[in-house]
Amino acid sequence: MRPSIDQIWDWLGEVPDPEIPAISLVDLGIIRDVGFDGDTCVVTVTPTYSGCPATSVINMEIEAALREQGLEKIELKRQLSPAWTTDWVSDAGREKLEKYGIAPPQPAGGPEKCPICASTNLELLSQFGSTPCKAQWRCKDCLEPFDYFKCI
Amino acid sequence: MADALFESLLRLGDNALILGHRVSEWCGHAPVLEEDIALANTALDLLGQTNLWLEYAGEVEGKGRSADDLAFLRDAWDFRNVLLVELPNGDFGQTILRQYLYDQFNLMNLEALKGSTDTRVSEIAEKAAKEAAYHVERSRGTVVGLGDGTEESHRRMQDALNILYPYALELFITDEVDAEMAKAGIIPDPKSLEDTYLAAVGATISEATLELPQAHFGHRGSGRDGRMHTEHLGHILTQMQWLQRAYPGQSW
Ligand SMILES: [Zn+2]
Repeated sequence: MRPSIDQIWDWLGEVPDPEIPAISLVDLGIIRDVGFDGDTCVVTVTPTYSGCPATSVINMEIEAALREQGLEKIELKRQLSPAWTTDWVSDAGREKLEKYGIAPPQPAGGPEKCPICASTNLELLSQFGSTPCKAQWRCKDCLEPFDYFKCI
Repeated sequence: MADALFESLLRLGDNALILGHRVSEWCGHAPVLEEDIALANTALDLLGQTNLWLEYAGEVEGKGRSADDLAFLRDAWDFRNVLLVELPNGDFGQTILRQYLYDQFNLMNLEALKGSTDTRVSEIAEKAAKEAAYHVERSRGTVVGLGDGTEESHRRMQDALNILYPYALELFITDEVDAEMAKAGIIPDPKSLEDTYLAAVGATISEATLELPQAHFGHRGSGRDGRMHTEHLGHILTQMQWLQRAYPGQSW
């Protein structure tokens, strides 16, 4: 029997992002559509950054997760437009990021507070961080450097 | 029409590819760790953009060539990048100034390409423009900081500007390919971007307390049609392509 679309979304909601395993691919907002074309399950994915090296791993993990649930015919579609934006990171995802020590994206362009001590006395160390989607900031109170999920 | 589109896509892809490769040469060598990471991430974005442009170029050409085939199996005379991006890195200041001169153009060009009558081109541009906006923010800020910095950083930035500025002007040399693509609304005429580009660069350079040299692009040919490349491109290709040349068809 064919699983429901909601069921597939739930399954995908359990697949962790390979670079930030604290959040799922659904939390990250890169799964744009799930549907069936005949008996083929079609998952539409948008890349975070065009050169993100995790893209092919993400596709592999989606396929592996759905196969594990018994789906056999799976097609992955790449969608470039509309381009991914950090606005698509879910509220649950933002909460998980902060707990994990990564400040979630803010429309103002910088972190709201230190994810460790909640201080707002912060400074930018570098516009780029450990992955293409992050920048490096430092808290001037607890002195800890931390990752900020940059806003695009 | 398909030929002109193929040429235009190679120009877009090759600029990103060759600059991305040049910038990646800094990996593990930058003056501070943060800059090392920033340069590597910038290179990564550029290679991602390369992949999107060259993949489409291969489809338009219709001979079954993939983005990898185009990147790794063409010779120097088949590359369509401007000379600016193939020049050696020089010191960190020269690298970051070249990055700014390219980023500023890339952003304006991509913003214009978002309105392309070719859906695939406009979709790639939409994605890439977001990254380019982030790049220009960083490279512009660093150019201003180093230009308006110490006596030594100021001198080095002025030296870099004197070397690189004439090369930036090649971005606006146009030919019949540009005319055909602009007429079809697929790609903007580079000339239409020149005034806003020069104004933006001029403002940045004066904020950096540097002086624009009197300059013109002195070479007799352009990298954009492949009739002219510097001797540096061949050296880049020996590094970039050696694996596919030594072990044809090798994959991960
Ligand atoms: Zn803190």
